[in-house]
Amino acid sequence: MINEIISMNGYGAYVWSAFAFTLASFTTLYFVTKLQLSKEQKRFSHKFGSLNFEKAKAARQQTINNEILSNTSNI
Amino acid sequence: MFKYFEPNKIFAITSRAPKYVLFLFIVVLTIGLTEALILSPEDYKQSDSVRIMYVHVPAAWISLGIFSSLALLSVGSFIFKNKNFALIAKSLAPSGFVFNIIALVTGSIWGKPTWGTWWAWDARITSMLILALFYGMYLLAWRIYEDKEQVIKVTSLIAILGVVNVPVIKFSVDWWNTLHQPASINILSTNTAIHPSMLVPLGIMTAAFALFSLLIFLMKYNTELIKVKNKGLDRL
Repeated sequence: MINEIISMNGYGAYVWSAFAFTLASFTTLYFVTKLQLSKEQKRFSHKFGSLNFEKAKAARQQTINNEILSNTSNI
Repeated sequence: MFKYFEPNKIFAITSRAPKYVLFLFIVVLTIGLTEALILSPEDYKQSDSVRIMYVHVPAAWISLGIFSSLALLSVGSFIFKNKNFALIAKSLAPSGFVFNIIALVTGSIWGKPTWGTWWAWDARITSMLILALFYGMYLLAWRIYEDKEQVIKVTSLIAILGVVNVPVIKFSVDWWNTLHQPASINILSTNTAIHPSMLVPLGIMTAAFALFSLLIFLMKYNTELIKVKNKGLDRL
């Protein structure tokens, strides 16, 4: 059974390489996108942390800024 | 008209959704892979090489769908002067490009045992390669141009010009004599040349791929919104 699944009637190399390429592309795209997201979130937290009291208060009035701060590692 | 779709209002949803979409994607992909690699039957002509179809076809469908969406969003951003359309289009493009590459590579892998060659300058394959070039130009334009207004104009132009190629890809197998087989599924008709035992795994894999593109879109869209907000903090 296992051998049949691996060999795929002689087409195993083609079938498995097609699926492997697809899954490798998915994994790469997912981690690259995740890295970009966490980089921007860290940059935001850093910038927000360096604001003075008045500016931070003004920034906090925007709901989206609070959402970003609460989702620094959302995935 | 689009006030409910403003980034500030939908960020609460888009920032929380990826973890649920990722979970759903893993579940659907696991079922799809089991069906595609183990449970579905081999083809009477192509034998087990037919299983490549379960990644090749959904990837091609989704890359075409995403490019059509880019063009629609570009037209929308011109008509309604809504920059959020451009942001959505920018977030969709990377997964569309990757699906396009997957369709080309898996098609090439399928071509070797079926046609005896990795590549042929066939109408369908060549037009898919042209689509990949349009995707490449679209993504490059976002990196090259600094001016926001200019980049929206250039990328919209690329998307609108490139969408002309979409019907060429779709009908290339009917208009010209090609190595590529004609369409086996017609969404406008209930008649299909594929047996349900193969149609079900194809449907499940398409759903998994669509969920993956949604996941990448959400993560990319959140990244773009945070970039905008970072610039906003600089201006404070």
